[in-house]
Amino acid sequence: MGDKTMTADEAVSRLESGMTLGIGGWGSRRKPMALVRALLRSTITDLTVVSYGGPDVGMLAAAGRIRKLVAPFATLDSIPLEPHFRAARESGSLELMEIDEAMFMWGLRAAANRLPFLPVRAGIGSDVMRVNPGLRTVTSPYEDESTGGYETFVAMPALRLDAALVHVNRADRAGNGRYLGPDPYFDDLFCEAARTAYVSCERIVDTAELTKAAPPQTLLIKRLNVSGVVEAPGGAHFTSCAPDHDRDEAFQRLYASMPWPEFAGRFLAGDEQAYRTAVEAWHEEQT
Amino acid sequence: MSAVPGANPGATSGAAPGAPRSGVTRSGVTRAEYCVIACAEAWRGDGEVLASPMGLIPSIGARLARRTFSPDLLLTDGEALLIGPDGTPEGWLPYRQHLALVTGGRRHVMMGASQIDRFGNQNISCVGDWERPTRQLLGVRGGPVNTLNNPVSYWVPRHSARVFVPKVDMIGGVGYDSAAAAGPTATRFHRIPRVVSNLGVFDFATGDRSMRLASLHPGVTVEEVAAATGFELTVPDDVPYTREPSPAELRSIREDLDPKGLRDREVKG
Repeated sequence: MGDKTMTADEAVSRLESGMTLGIGGWGSRRKPMALVRALLRSTITDLTVVSYGGPDVGMLAAAGRIRKLVAPFATLDSIPLEPHFRAARESGSLELMEIDEAMFMWGLRAAANRLPFLPVRAGIGSDVMRVNPGLRTVTSPYEDESTGGYETFVAMPALRLDAALVHVNRADRAGNGRYLGPDPYFDDLFCEAARTAYVSCERIVDTAELTKAAPPQTLLIKRLNVSGVVEAPGGAHFTSCAPDHDRDEAFQRLYASMPWPEFAGRFLAGDEQAYRTAVEAWHEEQT
Repeated sequence: MSAVPGANPGATSGAAPGAPRSGVTRSGVTRAEYCVIACAEAWRGDGEVLASPMGLIPSIGARLARRTFSPDLLLTDGEALLIGPDGTPEGWLPYRQHLALVTGGRRHVMMGASQIDRFGNQNISCVGDWERPTRQLLGVRGGPVNTLNNPVSYWVPRHSARVFVPKVDMIGGVGYDSAAAAGPTATRFHRIPRVVSNLGVFDFATGDRSMRLASLHPGVTVEEVAAATGFELTVPDDVPYTREPSPAELRSIREDLDPKGLRDREVKG
């Protein structure tokens, strides 16, 4: 098995402007924030971001890196509205493909299964169809036994990704990844839907340690879908990464209330180590 | 059907006629507690399905329903675990399974609504022109999949004409008129059992499936509701009051489900 370990900056150096990028996690939960911070240090821009949106979307939008967003929502969970996503939408600077949560999942599934679309009931009758004039419908070739009719569904197009970024609790050097919290979210699906995937983790461990005493169903990510492994302790900060760390609610409140240039200047000007040091210093000031 | 000043309390509830017009009635039940009861009633008769309450008062209501008249309901911890009545986890429901459960239909969700219109179209996405909203909100979230697949009720803690609008700016949750226009794929499993606000309970039990005043919380008048609603509501000749909680229900709400009284922060009075 090849050693795929690399730094966050090395992972990002393999990405290009204009790519379609899937970002794992959900809202403000287990987001690959260290990889997002590395993206912010790079000059990569003009991205199509595909995400169950949280501060990943907010930060990239605030920094002007997103051309188009594909998402059912953007939220900080404990703070319902993502401030920078809001600002981007209200200033008209963000192209949006707004779809339902389930449509989003089926779009990733279609891509993972190399299908052009999958039929979904969700979306019919809603304004998702109005604001996405490119969405098409598909009619069942089978007669419905109860009605004698032929139902028409949304043909949810595959959400194919050039690259996926996800963060898990543990991984080995080959790219096998394990989650330890209550929810896998859709990180395996993001990796399957992508040409390349970069997995950051709280800790890299030997394969034997990764699988020892692990219920097999927690082994979420398979190495054949992974191009790079990044060890990033606290790499989901300030989102939650149970059980390794909870969401940093105080810091999230700061993120949501501080003007972006000030936040970026204070916390994002240096590397990941500088970020951690700056966060610690801020916490100390609060006590 | 006509707009009647005041409500006839005799129809289905035991509310005292001439109850004071403040939030707290003669029985000492607060407005928030009537809201809890009205939310709980949404899940009556649902059997063994997942109750998905969003917001504090719906959450208290769903748990109250399970402890009393709907004991087979399933509830989560708000994340990925199904939690039994005694607090013991009884199962796993990560988002991916939750989305599958939605489409299977064995669920009744009570969502919020930043806007809701006369036919039950709901919006939590944005206010203003979608292309460039004056106020970006959450996004459609699961509104489209929920409304086409399982019963969806709504909870509005502050009833006003800004929420109860003639037409929503972005249809996430599909209403009766939109579902009918979209055809059988949309109407097949579509149902909006009720809308609960801090003023009363509303349903769509009318010929054209437009919104109807189903009950007033004690202390609220029809005029108050009409003034806070941005479209014409159907008002039956006899509007009942929302039912009184039983002493056991009241004890359960106050001592077990919400001992800190957080419900009073969501709904005053």
